[in-house]
Amino acid sequence: MADTITLDVARYGPETDSEPSFQSYEVPCREDWVVLDALNYVKDQLDGSLTYRWSCRMGVCGSCGMMVDGQPKLTCAVPLSDYAPGPVRIEPLQFFPVVRDLVVDINDFLEKLRKVQPWIVRDEEKPIAEGEYRQTPAQLEAYKQFSMCINCMLCYAACPVVGLEEEFTGPAAIALAQRYNLDSRDQGAAQRMETLDEHDGMWGCTFVGECTKVCPKNVDPAGAIQLYKVASATNWFKSMLLPWGSK
Amino acid sequence: MGFEVSDGTHDAGRPRLYRRPMPLGWWLQNGAYFRFVVRELTCVFVGLFAVLSLWQVRALGQGAEEYARFVERLGAPAFAALSGVTLVAVLYHAVTFLNLTPTIVVIRIGQQRVPGWAIAGAHYAAAVVLSGVVAWILLQG
Amino acid sequence: MDTLSCDLLIVGGGAAGLRAAIAAAAAVPDLDIAVISKVYPMRSHTVSAEGGAAAVIKPGDSLDAHAYDTVSGADWLSDQDVVEAFVEEAPREMLQLEHWGCPWNREPDGSVAVRPFGGMKIKRTWFAADKTGFHMLHALFQTSLRYGSVRRFDEWFVTKLLVDDGRCQGVVAIELATGKIHGITAKAVILCTGGCGKIFPFTTNANIKNGDGMALAYRAGVPLKDMEFVQYHPTGLPQTGILITEAARAEGGWMLNKDGYRYLQDYDLGTPTPEPVLRSMELGPRDRLSQAFIQEQERGRTLEGPYGHYVNLDIRHIGEKVIDRKLPFVRELCRKYANLDPVRELIPVRPVVHYMMGGVHTDIMGATPLGGLYAAGEVACVNLNGANRLGSNSLTECLVFGARAGRAAATFAAGAPAPAASVEAQVRDEERRLEDDFFNASGRTERIADVRSEMQSAMEESAGIYRTGASITAGAETVGRLQAHAQRLRLEDSSRTFNTELTAALELGYMLELAQVILRSAEARTESRGAHQRTDHPQRDDERFLAHSLAYRTDGGPPRIEYLPVTITRWPPGERVYGR
Repeated sequence: MADTITLDVARYGPETDSEPSFQSYEVPCREDWVVLDALNYVKDQLDGSLTYRWSCRMGVCGSCGMMVDGQPKLTCAVPLSDYAPGPVRIEPLQFFPVVRDLVVDINDFLEKLRKVQPWIVRDEEKPIAEGEYRQTPAQLEAYKQFSMCINCMLCYAACPVVGLEEEFTGPAAIALAQRYNLDSRDQGAAQRMETLDEHDGMWGCTFVGECTKVCPKNVDPAGAIQLYKVASATNWFKSMLLPWGSK
Repeated sequence: MGFEVSDGTHDAGRPRLYRRPMPLGWWLQNGAYFRFVVRELTCVFVGLFAVLSLWQVRALGQGAEEYARFVERLGAPAFAALSGVTLVAVLYHAVTFLNLTPTIVVIRIGQQRVPGWAIAGAHYAAAVVLSGVVAWILLQG
Repeated sequence: MDTLSCDLLIVGGGAAGLRAAIAAAAAVPDLDIAVISKVYPMRSHTVSAEGGAAAVIKPGDSLDAHAYDTVSGADWLSDQDVVEAFVEEAPREMLQLEHWGCPWNREPDGSVAVRPFGGMKIKRTWFAADKTGFHMLHALFQTSLRYGSVRRFDEWFVTKLLVDDGRCQGVVAIELATGKIHGITAKAVILCTGGCGKIFPFTTNANIKNGDGMALAYRAGVPLKDMEFVQYHPTGLPQTGILITEAARAEGGWMLNKDGYRYLQDYDLGTPTPEPVLRSMELGPRDRLSQAFIQEQERGRTLEGPYGHYVNLDIRHIGEKVIDRKLPFVRELCRKYANLDPVRELIPVRPVVHYMMGGVHTDIMGATPLGGLYAAGEVACVNLNGANRLGSNSLTECLVFGARAGRAAATFAAGAPAPAASVEAQVRDEERRLEDDFFNASGRTERIADVRSEMQSAMEESAGIYRTGASITAGAETVGRLQAHAQRLRLEDSSRTFNTELTAALELGYMLELAQVILRSAEARTESRGAHQRTDHPQRDDERFLAHSLAYRTDGGPPRIEYLPVTITRWPPGERVYGR
């Protein structure tokens, strides 16, 4: 393996640039480095102005998502040597507005997340003194996968619908809505359906399926959305066939 | 240039964000998007095949003579070529559709989710059996 | 100049901060509450916690047993009134989180499952596989979205506390996206910014853990307490410091030296058995296990790799099925970051800095001596963890004392007068300081990364698992020199937009200040207790040091150290016995 590798990094500063350009850095290509280590090397040794987010460097805080050679990746979780001999292209997550260099604006996601009401909804709260809600391991298993989302935004950067339609709620937020719908403690599925059973909600999804492929935590947002569509269609049929039935 | 001190409205003066416009050729930039768009386009051929079937039913309803003419038209080289393309497109559509079934169909046995290959495999098997039944009926006739 | 304002400002959006925000919103519904954090709340370091959170829930367990484990684990430096309040409120808080959707692992009957943990007489650790912190944080964050009265300032970096008339009245902060400096006034402020593991080279801590809140309080005149007690977690991956949770040992993992021998039996931690035994061997307390590693290293029985000495953690005999069900993250981390599969291979581990027992001096309600200023979570020292924190008490601590501080601060804020107009001058001054220190300076030569890594090695050398008076003095000298260098930091980044070099420089300033406090507190404590081991003073000295150290900032000189007696209620100081 070569001793060094070239990083072609997208740079954009709102005070000086009208659009991003690429800057190249040559960094050591060490066997035990992840892509984030190479960026930290640049920041510490070559160019203190390179701007990106990172924190836990163990694949769970969700800060360091970027496009690496055109694919959305958690840079702390991909070996640098996978891209040898290089050069490797590093860009901000696509379909997001760029704040600076590799930092994107994700405030829109947080608004969408709030809209899907990602919390336990109860008709009546059980008092704490009465202990826990019982939930069997099988009931836990029913939603566990969708609860693993770290909000890293890779799925948004993989979804062309996100790029084409700004209003689309998007994979992670819908998957999190589904996470609560499937939780045996929750009674909020109907009110969440009201927000999501529309064009900008689940029906915006055309099932490209890339969100599931890029998810570093195997959440399968595409699956969550399709299950949601099935639930919505079932509701619709029920209301057609049994209009007098309970809603 | 100095720091700007807040004027008290913290939403004002957000930074100038760079928004990359979605290029027209976005679906050519990677294989997965391309395959997805092709899958969407094959719908046209699925529709075409449906129209053709309706036409066939209509011809059948108009008597043997009309139906013979219909069959003759189908045999024209241009139509044969179109049928070939339609077949490929419909097969592509069917295969990609069946490959997606594991995502939509969730079956659990105890705490274990039935693996994707089993779900897709069952759908493929069902497709083969149904095709066989249809073929058998047609060939009988 | 206008300034932003709210009633209650919470600095930090991790478990303690979010719990405080929700508690405050519930306690005083019309209070204007804001959470300010240098990262989005779901990025906070709570997310990395793995093993679990302790609370008494099962028959056969008792509050007294939890209290005793905590007090003996802490080498009797806990305040026992605090411990008693903690163990009593812990189950309620954990149940509350269950009601908010945290996906706790379950028994077949649907009740919450618990696992054993180090230093525990009876198993009482609630867990969500081995991503407990992640699930707790996201449950709290998502639940907090329900509360309309909780505003957020995401990615705002706090540089100073506004203090006037003996009362904390807000903060000065940089809005990272724009680089603007804002004053935010508040009637009460709660610090929930976590610890400062990044002062050390090998740590489980995330990049954001720079002791911001500790330094902010210290600079505002609030004493830091028990800062000499730094917890090393015995099982981190050698290169990255990534945590391999204690749950790996609780589920039956073994610590092996280079001969494949379970060496802990040589360090008064019990006799090896195939099945894990509580408070014994691998389930001894963290301080003792980390100390055993160093002694084993001195006997030449550790292995050596590119990142120094290590021993092996063996979980192969636990089996793939249990590993995938209860320790999936351990497997994921080993595969991604150590390039091995723990189902078939040994995991190389070494002790790495994990947790600060010390922090901002607070009382049992989370109030600091400065009016209107509260603290909770790792940033605070409420006297729960003493000289060594019991594993799985920290997440619970965030909930119990986050909620306490939230309620107390909300009540305080509801009755407090509006902030004084005079604090606006302080905002101006702070703006000028930042401008002069970082953007208008010339002749600057020092690289942030160089100063930072020199500080980290100096701290490992001088204030590691074992310390001596001489090593501490040498460390303090180095840190003093580095503090001078830090006056000459060179910024290559002159942009105001998301300037992470500026924040790194400010964080380095915080860390150097705290490094000095850790060293001086360690220097003054001439005894060995819990995580503070002085080879030149190897005995515990209850005569002189059954007391918390308080470090006060002085002008120019080293901190002034004072002592505060420990509160003993029902468990008189005794011997720490494990495995016997």
